[in-house]
Amino acid sequence: MSQFILRRLIESVFVVLVMTLIVFFGVSVIGNPADIFAAQECDQKCLADLKARFGLDRPLWEQYFLFLGNALRGELGNSFQHGLPALQVILQRAPATLELAFAAVLLSVVIGVPLGMWAGLKPEALSSRLIMAISTIGFSVPTFWVGLILIMVFALWLGWLPAIGRGQTVTILGIELSILTWNGLAHLALPTFTLAIANIALIIRLTRAGMREVMFTDYVKFARAKGVAWSRILMTHVLKNIMIPVVTVIGMEFGGTIAFAVVTETIFSWPGMGKLLIDAIEVLDRPLIVAYLILVVLIFVVINLIVDIIYSILDPRVRLRAAQT
Amino acid sequence: MTMQEPEPSAEERGAVGRFARDFVKSNEAVAALLTFCAVLAVAILAPLISPQNPYDLTQIDLMDNLQKPGSRSMGGMLFLMGTDGQGRDILSAIFYGLRTSLMVGVLSGGIALVIGTAVGLLAAYRGGWTDTIIMRIVDLQLSLPPILVALVILVVLGGGAAKIILALVIVQWAFFARTVRGVALVENAREYIEAARGLDLGVLRILFGHLLPNCMPTLTVIATVQVANAISLEATLSFLGLGLPPTQPSLGLLIANGFRFMMSGNYWVSLFPGLALLITIMSVNVIGDRLRDVLNPRLTR
Repeated sequence: MSQFILRRLIESVFVVLVMTLIVFFGVSVIGNPADIFAAQECDQKCLADLKARFGLDRPLWEQYFLFLGNALRGELGNSFQHGLPALQVILQRAPATLELAFAAVLLSVVIGVPLGMWAGLKPEALSSRLIMAISTIGFSVPTFWVGLILIMVFALWLGWLPAIGRGQTVTILGIELSILTWNGLAHLALPTFTLAIANIALIIRLTRAGMREVMFTDYVKFARAKGVAWSRILMTHVLKNIMIPVVTVIGMEFGGTIAFAVVTETIFSWPGMGKLLIDAIEVLDRPLIVAYLILVVLIFVVINLIVDIIYSILDPRVRLRAAQT
Repeated sequence: MTMQEPEPSAEERGAVGRFARDFVKSNEAVAALLTFCAVLAVAILAPLISPQNPYDLTQIDLMDNLQKPGSRSMGGMLFLMGTDGQGRDILSAIFYGLRTSLMVGVLSGGIALVIGTAVGLLAAYRGGWTDTIIMRIVDLQLSLPPILVALVILVVLGGGAAKIILALVIVQWAFFARTVRGVALVENAREYIEAARGLDLGVLRILFGHLLPNCMPTLTVIATVQVANAISLEATLSFLGLGLPPTQPSLGLLIANGFRFMMSGNYWVSLFPGLALLITIMSVNVIGDRLRDVLNPRLTR
């Protein structure tokens, strides 16, 4: 077990290293920040000074190792736009994004799993066909467009829910949360649903597929033959087995959800990291873009690692297979 | 590829026929196929059937801006879906937008398919180090969210049709590579490949003549899904202002343009392009679902 974790850990560190390499060289192609931010009257000499100050006159590989060394100490440079350390700016905005992403994942499980189980249990029923049709629409619909339609219907026409911002927040352990006030919850509703749509559709399908597979397995047949009550079969045998793929996908989709929050936050003016990224892209705030990408990659790798470990605990075969190769 | 296709044997023709018969058993799938054909026809024929050329400035009149659906222009032209802020007929804009969206989706999906398939086949056939390195790259690629990768690529390279297609290919190829490798590994262990190797056939001939045809069912399904995803992703990127230039607007850009007007109650500018996008993507997805059901032998037990 510890050997498996160690292996995955080394792999993860390697992935992060490769990503810093790609991000650093990728972003340094965008343009020289000194040229972008230098004042109009800055002549060749002042430009050279500026470059020397940011270390931009050195060879690119040297800059990379400098960047890597700083990054390890948590220093990703100052945001040009905010004049503050980029990491600090992002971490200030992170709770808003994480809250939105967690709420979206929670909502998609709460809606998706029961609907998927029902559709798998009674595949021919009209209600199940309806559920699957909704899932297909959820899969296909461009979520940003749904966001717009939701704003139009619920904020403009009906006036039930606010369209933009986070609303009233409560500070707990230094983290601002919207979910604990009615006003905040109202602000959270539309963005959460918009972000959750794709995941709801996915979880419905996964659960349904898992359900249909598990229903024909010998242990379920045996439990039925033994006269075990349906509710008990579902709760103990079936749910446990269909949850394995669901947990994996939720874990893997969580990173994707954070990434996709970029779009949702832009529509609903949600003050999270994603909105920050889009704003940073508009003015080419290089340190901020780099810091965001490094942070998201880190979140991604950590999630994948955790999912793998949980997975190997739930299903020992995974561990054994990895040990063989 | 210049290799001549072998004539389909009677048995193969039977398989195709059976596939077609299975496919049309689902009413939804047939409806989706017809819808997609209609969408495709509209996209191809856009310049012929559009009420106006929405990007010819002599044909649009600023006086007609933000007309409600069903109203008429000064010149008596019917705006079935209303007009946008510059007096452009939304219906015509959608027809032209479909063209762009479909082109980007199909082209990027197609290129990703070719690259991913070649890489996947190579990995499966060669095995060993080649396989390990390729699959590490694939895993890395697949562990990152497509939207973010595409976003970064477009920030680095700038917008434009060619660059958005490149970005979409980069986020898609790995799906094909992984799938093809998986299927090819299974096929690779079969006797007919062993026989082909025993006959000392060339690598390319074994890869493309023997392995590839047997990967086709799975590939078809993935390709359909990927085209749908590509269309959706392109729309999202264009919405964020990182995709296509305003001179060649896709459906995503039309929706983004309508966002401003929606707040003042002019819903139609965004609503109709979005519906067109939804119908297009959904028809492709339903076709993909049906293909998966028909081509996956596991479910036909």
